Amino acid sequence: MTCLQTIQDYGLRSLGIGERLLPRDNFTLCDQFTLIGSGMLWNVYFGLLALVSGFFLATALGVGKASPNPLLRKPSEWFIFIFRGSPLFIQFFFGYFLFLTLKQQAAFFDPFSAAWLGALVVLFCNTAAYTGEIFYGALLSVPKGDIEAADAYGLSGWKRFRRVIWPTMLRLAWPAYTNEAIFLFHATTLVFFSGFPAVQQKGDALYYASYFADKTFNPFVPYPILAGYFILLTLIVISLFGLINRRLNRHLPQERRQKLRLRPNLIR
Amino acid sequence: MFEACADPSTLEGLGWLACFLTTGKHLAFYGAFGTVLLLLAITAPTALAFGFGGAMAARAQFAPLRWFGKGYIAIVRGVPDIAFFLFFVIALDQGIEYLRHKVKCPDWDQPIRQGSDFLVCQAAKMPLGNSPQWVHETYGFALAVLTFAIVFGAFAANVLFGAMRAVPRAQLETAESYGMSPRQSFWRILVPQMWVYALPGLSNLWMVLIKSTPLLFLLGVEDIVYWARELGAAKTPRFTDYPHGDWRVWYFLALLVFYLAFTRVSEIVLGRLMTRLTRGQATMAGEAQRKNA
Repeated sequence: MTCLQTIQDYGLRSLGIGERLLPRDNFTLCDQFTLIGSGMLWNVYFGLLALVSGFFLATALGVGKASPNPLLRKPSEWFIFIFRGSPLFIQFFFGYFLFLTLKQQAAFFDPFSAAWLGALVVLFCNTAAYTGEIFYGALLSVPKGDIEAADAYGLSGWKRFRRVIWPTMLRLAWPAYTNEAIFLFHATTLVFFSGFPAVQQKGDALYYASYFADKTFNPFVPYPILAGYFILLTLIVISLFGLINRRLNRHLPQERRQKLRLRPNLIR
Repeated sequence: MFEACADPSTLEGLGWLACFLTTGKHLAFYGAFGTVLLLLAITAPTALAFGFGGAMAARAQFAPLRWFGKGYIAIVRGVPDIAFFLFFVIALDQGIEYLRHKVKCPDWDQPIRQGSDFLVCQAAKMPLGNSPQWVHETYGFALAVLTFAIVFGAFAANVLFGAMRAVPRAQLETAESYGMSPRQSFWRILVPQMWVYALPGLSNLWMVLIKSTPLLFLLGVEDIVYWARELGAAKTPRFTDYPHGDWRVWYFLALLVFYLAFTRVSEIVLGRLMTRLTRGQATMAGEAQRKNA
């Protein structure tokens, strides 16, 4: 079987398209690269959707936590504390079993017990909490002069937020937010290792990597492949976020522009 | 456990619950919390030692050692940690067996990797096939500790490396001008001063370490996640005296609360420690403390 054939058979295996049976023996490098790469589709899917949807809730949480009104502040604080204070692994388990229990009460929750939606909801809440904390910190360090200038121009309320505070907050938060995005993509590997089952062996990159490691009893091939894919993904994320960072900082004098400084990523 | 629990089918309400929560398996579940705390207690110092070694290597004069140190630190970037956990457990196990095989069976002529099998001679198996259960469990736990220490050692190395560079250069120059050798100025000047710079990073790492303990479950240790799944699953009257439906959501809720409480307590303790360490330091926080006093 040529490599092209393998790619046709297994390239979209993680979505359930192509050959149904996974290779059982005589694993070639091509098999491993193709299947693990196919699994990356899920990692990108979870990461991208959670990041985009989480951004909006995160803004609300950040603003809520900085609000003087306790009715807004307390819920935001608790939401952030619960999702930042507990392991994502446990959140996945808890989310899965919660959705299973709810499913028995109402048919509406049926799709939630599948990974594509249920895990996405958990990741969405998780990244919103982490990002909300970042935005809250950034909101507190918006320069006082910017707000005074906005007042002087007669901006207030929503307009002031939309045109002055929010862009500055984003600008200040962006380096930390880039780290959070990298984190999130790494965290997507936990999805199929916790409660959510990989139905018909439709799993993510780590799922296939550990499949190969279990079958061949040789971790030295699949995991480096997985690592290579993730390094590639990380580089893409960094460069995309770098572009946005440039745009956010474009009005600043050249030497005051913030360079993206990346801290090492930690597990959650 | 209690005498009243002899016949659970007659019990009701709180009495039933009290008996249910004190069955042998539940006691094992509570013991598993001890396992997690034990892991933290052993891993934290081990990882710190690995980190210290890594940071020292990254600062070394000797180039290959420096590359090794920097490479070790660099692995924390770009790759999901769970992949490291899964990788190291197998890799360490095979590495140990391979070394034992080389020592104990020098006249073994077959290849060790035969297709999908990893074959070593009987005497090199780790732990030995005929050893008691507790040896297997301890070996699994030790592998888990070592894996955690390697992965978190890289994080700690990064933090300590940064902290060592944060110590003001003038301090080291003063040490040199007093005639101290590099070794002396490292141990007497740099190491005592770096902790205040390292503490924020290390306390963050501690939080992260707490939150990564459920991954023990992936490494095959019977930890709290294992027991929560086991005990929460629906039970029929055929197999147990305490039949119940699918209660896993409640067990995991309990785990969630446990972790939240643990994180909160750690936050408070580390905050106090930081206040204590900054006292009298020539940093902004130390200055603020002095003014407030």
